Amino acid sequence: MSQFILALRFFRRDFRSGELRLLVLALIIAVAAVSAVGFFTNRVEQAMTLQANQVLAADLVLSSNNPIPASFEQQADMLDLNVAHTLSFPSVIVHQDQTQLVEVKAVSKNYPLRGDLRVRPFASANEEVVKHPPAPGHLWGEARLMAALNLQPGAQISLGESVFLLEKILSRDFALGNSFFRLGPEVLIALEDIPKTGLVTPASRVRHRLLIAGNQEQVKTFQGWATTRLPQGVRLEHLSSARPELRGALDRGSRFLGLAALVAVLVAGATVALSTRQFVERQSDTSAIMRCLGASQSLIFNVLIIRLSLLCLIASLLGIAGGWLAQYFLADLLSDWFGGALPPPSLWPILTGLGTGFITLLGFTLPPALRLGAVPPLRVLRRDLDAPPASTWLLVLLGIGAMALLMYLQAGDSTLAGWVLLGTLTTVGLLLLTAWLLVRMLSPLRHRGGALWRQGLSGLARNPSMTALQLTGFGLGILAMLLLTIIRTDLLDAWQKTIPEQAPNHFLINIQPSDVDNLGAFFQAQAIEQAGIYPMLRARLTHINDQPVSPDQYQDERAQRLVSREFNLSWSAQMQTENKIVAGSWWGGTNQQRALFSVEVDIANTLGISLGDQLAFNLAGVPIKATVSNLRRVHWDSFQPNFFVIGTPALLKEHPANFITSFYLPPGKETALAALVRQFPSITIIDVSAIMQQIREIMQRGSLAVEYVFLFTLAAGILMLYAGIQASREYRRQEAIVLRTLGMQRNGLLTAAAIEFVLLGLLAGTLATLCANVTGWFIATEVFGFQYNLNPWTIVAGILGSGIAIGLAGMLATWPLSIKPPLRMLQNG
Amino acid sequence: MTTDDNPEQPVVKASNITKQLPGPDGVLTILDGISLQLAEGEVTAILGASGSGKSTLLGLLAGLDEVTRGEIELFGQSLAGLNEDSRAALRAGKVGFVFQSFQLLPGMTALENVMLPLELAGIRNPAIGATEALEQVELGDRLYHYPGQLSGGEQQRVAIARAFASQPKVLFADEPTGSLDQATGSRIIDLLFQMREQTGAALLLVTHDERLAARCDHRLLIEQGRLEQTS
Ligand SMILES: Nc1ncnc2c1ncn2[C@@H]1O[C@H](COP(=O)(O)OP(=O)(O)OP(=O)(O)O)[C@@H](O)[C@H]1O
Ligand SMILES: [Mg+2]
Repeated sequence: MSQFILALRFFRRDFRSGELRLLVLALIIAVAAVSAVGFFTNRVEQAMTLQANQVLAADLVLSSNNPIPASFEQQADMLDLNVAHTLSFPSVIVHQDQTQLVEVKAVSKNYPLRGDLRVRPFASANEEVVKHPPAPGHLWGEARLMAALNLQPGAQISLGESVFLLEKILSRDFALGNSFFRLGPEVLIALEDIPKTGLVTPASRVRHRLLIAGNQEQVKTFQGWATTRLPQGVRLEHLSSARPELRGALDRGSRFLGLAALVAVLVAGATVALSTRQFVERQSDTSAIMRCLGASQSLIFNVLIIRLSLLCLIASLLGIAGGWLAQYFLADLLSDWFGGALPPPSLWPILTGLGTGFITLLGFTLPPALRLGAVPPLRVLRRDLDAPPASTWLLVLLGIGAMALLMYLQAGDSTLAGWVLLGTLTTVGLLLLTAWLLVRMLSPLRHRGGALWRQGLSGLARNPSMTALQLTGFGLGILAMLLLTIIRTDLLDAWQKTIPEQAPNHFLINIQPSDVDNLGAFFQAQAIEQAGIYPMLRARLTHINDQPVSPDQYQDERAQRLVSREFNLSWSAQMQTENKIVAGSWWGGTNQQRALFSVEVDIANTLGISLGDQLAFNLAGVPIKATVSNLRRVHWDSFQPNFFVIGTPALLKEHPANFITSFYLPPGKETALAALVRQFPSITIIDVSAIMQQIREIMQRGSLAVEYVFLFTLAAGILMLYAGIQASREYRRQEAIVLRTLGMQRNGLLTAAAIEFVLLGLLAGTLATLCANVTGWFIATEVFGFQYNLNPWTIVAGILGSGIAIGLAGMLATWPLSIKPPLRMLQNG
Repeated sequence: MTTDDNPEQPVVKASNITKQLPGPDGVLTILDGISLQLAEGEVTAILGASGSGKSTLLGLLAGLDEVTRGEIELFGQSLAGLNEDSRAALRAGKVGFVFQSFQLLPGMTALENVMLPLELAGIRNPAIGATEALEQVELGDRLYHYPGQLSGGEQQRVAIARAFASQPKVLFADEPTGSLDQATGSRIIDLLFQMREQTGAALLLVTHDERLAARCDHRLLIEQGRLEQTS
């Protein structure tokens, strides 16, 4: 208790006397940066998820071929969730004497729960955004239907026993992308109209859906509740079970933000490391006097730890508050882009903020603080005596441990955190080595050259550990800034390029083998480029290495889903150009005659399939068996037809298959679709332009968010620069006093400082730039699966920029020392 | 600690102490076979040339460092075998220091510097005692000034106030006037003796100043680590 009171007294003094100001500021900015990123990404992620939920038109969807038990709706009601119902089934529209196969979707009044619908009152009108379905008696149909039947809005059409007014052209129902196997164009009607049509009887094949949306926590609760109670045949769809393209985009988006936040942590850590030293050094004197006056080691240690913890708590809370404000400002700037205010952040980032504060501060101050208790009291008689130096290893290990923990917390992705950590460690190692070499090389050089050079160089050699600290701190900071620059420019660019301007926006499925040649000719005649027509077979995975597979073998939800449904298989002699082999090799020459499989690498990992395994599938009753000869990486967001499993032609060619293709339909060429439908009535067209638009938006928003996060890192970087320069302030002050008393002039002092810091900056910059590029390369290829192009500009800018910025900062910091009269400096203690 | 109220007991007692340090060319003997005693309320001066080992001896007697051979008793308690912390505990509240370079903490005000030993001794309302002590050294109007804002003489007066604030039994002073001019130095010495008289503490004083030494009860002369002469 008395220790606590003592600590409180000291703490009050700490604050007034300003010893801790830099450290507190560094921590505040660190925590502010991290929690601003935390709050912000939290909100952006929520917004992104919400946006992506438009694809489901809800947060969760239960679907079944039978009516969904009322208990699910009751539970949703109990949790205050919004619900909507939809029914969909294939039917036939009759207009005059023409008929058209359509997919009827009957929806309740509050459809869609998430997102909106886009309609046009007539063909050439602009899109209108509506958030309600058609009124009873009205029908909205896709443009394709209009083209097929040569209809205009206002027409009377029959559906079952009822007549509808064709009111509007449905140009976009975001939820369309989800129903992959549609037979014809969609028509949207009100759910109340269903009885009139007489189309739905207990015996008819109808897909019932219960849409659910609301508070995220409640939705989670509901999801948890529902998952364990799903009756046979009822499926629960949520975002992560949505299309792989979208999942991929979201994953990448949040990884980018995670990475940006992680870099902010890195800069913050470097800043704290730099500013800690001065604080601890000052504490040495206090500790020595306290020991003379009878304080025990543990008292000194406890008092210090209590002070640091209090400091940390206050700085963290201030930082969190600052982060909160900052993210508000940011979110406001961005709300425009998100078409409305972002959802409020969760409280998680507060914990992350506090954790960041404590881990950062304790990680970097604990080793020097631990030894403070051991300051020999004799220091009061002999100034040169200092505490036994903290073990460098302990320092480095604890610092690294703290960093690793923070990175892991921040990135939430161990591969990503791992690469960044590895890059950081390598950089630190190189920087320390360089500092060591530098000091050794400079020591003899100090006796040559002009007085200013000597002065500047000895500035580096006079205190090897300070030089090492500054070099490492600067280097880490620069590494972080450059990494983020690389992420902002190259990686985000590469990401956006994964969906080229003319990426396929339509898929054709159910192509009969007899249609393949005609379809190719059709595309040629219409001058539409297609991505190749691929065979597609549906089969169920039955055995891996002769062991039967069943969903209960897997913990992983995705694995269970994959095993319980049919796969899309294909066969091919050549590999698709966008795919990349990550293990084994593609079959060439005589290998094409063998029974081999190529498996997508993620699914292989999920299901525990490795190279050389024997897979057995059940292909419409026919068992087939082959060896895995390679693993492929697939870009799901490329919108090319892609397959989890591909076999050799010899293995699969003889089995009955449908074909699939995708193509880019330029705007204004919708008539080609109508022609396609007329010529190939059995083919199903899937329009993915809506989902593609969404992915593009996710990319844009993600990029913008990363840009803003960069501003924080920049602020942290500037503080880090200041802290780095301040770290050696005491020495430079003493030196300046002596040098000025001895007659050195202002310019001389400034030049010497410039030499010292430009050299430090150039060295740190060079190493950090190299390491940033290598780390960037690994992150690009290993984490994001992009091609990484080395950008010579970042190298030049990194090296020169570091030299100039650090040199200027050093001169700025020396400026006051060069103009104040030395006597004044002496007096001011 | 059990016997510190025994009037017969010397406050500090050194028997045949030697201090050696490893030097660049073999062992360096800094102090060699020194014995001395300091009785309660007694004032002793240690004289000697620069580098003769005075500060080293002072540090050893105060328990700030360990002897190589010999034995030291502080308040009747042998320091042999005590670790740093136990020695510190022995000092708490009972030992005061005044140094040539003042050793005030620059981040604390004069008042806070003086409060420090009281706080460490766990005394309630340390500000009251500290203010009193500062008033005694005539710095009652400079309580909230930082050391950097005080002259050398004023800083040393703060140091004296700090040394006496906890009513110590013994005071160690290492050239307390070494950094001050003659006039200021004698005022400091007057103050030191005056405060010592009020508290009845023993005083061990390292000095170069013969006149100052003359005011002490005893004088020890050290030459090259050996006790040459006592009076
Ligand atoms: N830790 C140490 N390492 C090396 N030499 C030491 C150490 N401590 C003391 N010495 C040496 O021991 C000798 C005595 O030092 P000490 O400080 O006790 O002298 P002093 O009598 O107080 O001198 P002054 O009057 O100049 O203060 C000196 O030669 C000093 O260099
Ligand atoms: Mg001395």
